[in-house]
Amino acid sequence: MKRSISGRLFDAANITVLALVGILTLFPLYYVVVVSFTDPAEYIRKQGYVLFPQSWTFDSYNYLLSTSAFKNATLISAFLAIVGTALSLVVTSAFSYGLSRKRLQGRRFMMLLILITILFGPGLIPPYLLVRDLGLINSVWSLILPVLTSGWYVILMKSFFDSIPVELEESAVIDGSTDIGVFFRIVLPLSLPALAAFGLFYAVGYWNTFFNAVLYINDYTKWPLQLVLRNMLIDSSTQAGGTAAAEMMAEQNIPTETLKMAAVVIATFPILCVYPFLQKHFAKGVMLGSVKG
Amino acid sequence: MAMQSEVQIDGLAKPTARSRWKQVMYGLKRDKYLYLLIAPGLLFFLLFKYVPMWGIVIAFQNYSPYMGITESPWVGFEHFIRFFSNQDFYLLFRNTMAISLLKLLFFFPLPILLSLLLNELRSAVYKKWIQSIVYMPHFLSWVIIAGITFLLLSQSSGIVNKMLVSLGYAKYDFLTNENNFWIMLVIQNIWKETGWGTIIFLAAIAGVDPQLYEAAKMDGANRLRQAWHITLPAIRSVIVILFILRLGDIMDVGFEQVFLMMNGAVSNVADVFETYVYRVGIQQGQFSFSTAVGLFKSVVGLILVILANKVAKRFGEEGVY
Repeated sequence: MKRSISGRLFDAANITVLALVGILTLFPLYYVVVVSFTDPAEYIRKQGYVLFPQSWTFDSYNYLLSTSAFKNATLISAFLAIVGTALSLVVTSAFSYGLSRKRLQGRRFMMLLILITILFGPGLIPPYLLVRDLGLINSVWSLILPVLTSGWYVILMKSFFDSIPVELEESAVIDGSTDIGVFFRIVLPLSLPALAAFGLFYAVGYWNTFFNAVLYINDYTKWPLQLVLRNMLIDSSTQAGGTAAAEMMAEQNIPTETLKMAAVVIATFPILCVYPFLQKHFAKGVMLGSVKG
Repeated sequence: MAMQSEVQIDGLAKPTARSRWKQVMYGLKRDKYLYLLIAPGLLFFLLFKYVPMWGIVIAFQNYSPYMGITESPWVGFEHFIRFFSNQDFYLLFRNTMAISLLKLLFFFPLPILLSLLLNELRSAVYKKWIQSIVYMPHFLSWVIIAGITFLLLSQSSGIVNKMLVSLGYAKYDFLTNENNFWIMLVIQNIWKETGWGTIIFLAAIAGVDPQLYEAAKMDGANRLRQAWHITLPAIRSVIVILFILRLGDIMDVGFEQVFLMMNGAVSNVADVFETYVYRVGIQQGQFSFSTAVGLFKSVVGLILVILANKVAKRFGEEGVY
């Protein structure tokens, strides 16, 4: 079919506008990445106007990763993302699977319990007091246990398990399997795509752990990455203190700007690595999670 | 076996208490491994979701950590009265409403617009690329986004101010300026969530019958008119529902973002319920008073969400629960 001139103009304008949207989205990230790899001397000479560095260097990264504060924080965040995700997946999937079996007595009541927690939360203080009374302050478990699972994820995963037919387990039960055996040997292997999707979401959540650490971790040697990052990027400009960041920034001849940007890149990198996989799954998750209409 | 017993129960006109009890015990025993599977999750909800709900009672006490919930003296609504008669209350409420409504006004339409533009792209590859780019910021933490904002906008070393100076303008104070704090939050929100927000609209657009477009073309409608008369009406119900639900969430301003962007110079326009609860409760140790503030916020939020769902259902939609 022949396309009119106005149609072509519209196409050209649309492509341009969307390209601009893409550039606006990418530019801040691009600038941060480029500066983080720029030779410190060049950064100072060019006064920050670095869009294409002449010389690439890992100086800022080497320095950051040689400080114990940054290295520890990265390890803690990695621990959260790996151990936390594994635990969350097991607990969430087992709970959701149980709730998806119609013969289970009390499932309607339990679903109600979960729905209530979605609609109403007790605020900040009661959970804080609970974590404190459990003796979890300054423990890495305070960043995992209180967010082990969530009402939304249980409901989403249950709706996924709802589609697994009862007949499938019945055949296994006849072979002498218990419900636990059925769950681990039949249901989970069938649900690997869903587990991967939920696992990625949990992993991103744990890696981005921030506010719970503000609440529960006072000892700065135990801070996860996001908290160290906050201190380096935001607090260091407004207040001075004997914090991890100040300690890290002291006595080096790399400009703090390139260091800060390298820190941002390190904290973003794992997310960019899993992003292509996330992208495959998230549209479905969002559709299930928001409006059902 | 399960089927058999269910049939039995159905057959009884009025199950006696005793047979009901037997029925429950039978089910518990039969599904004991299933209960074992749900035990950790159930325990989690009871411990980390319902014990804190019980902890709300300290809003009506003068809670002292040494005496605990059982021993602390009761004071009724004293903390609520103190809060409502306080100047802080007005400030928190104003800031919450301002931030939420500005986001609603300036952020909400953008994903709709963007998804309409994406839908008009002819090249599927180009569309996919743009989508991949604009979805990505959603996964970055607020710490990263706030950090990048500080890096780019800082007065002493930010690239934006350096550009302003070299273009002959004066440096501008972006970060510790009450005048632009709200709008900066909105812009950050736009950068982070606009792309992500298109997913739901694009899905709705994908469901539109292609024959409608064919028919419109026959009638001589150009692309703009097609978007206006077919695409937009097709996603209207999704727009209405999301708008209503967003109104139900109006008490939530995106707390981590505010918490990170806030500083002493802007606290007058930045303080919202959660930042206040954090400061007064966690930092100053006024547990009972701050729990009361948090409870007020939660209850208002609950009422709004229920109302929003009611309204959404009136529009013939399912709502969120």
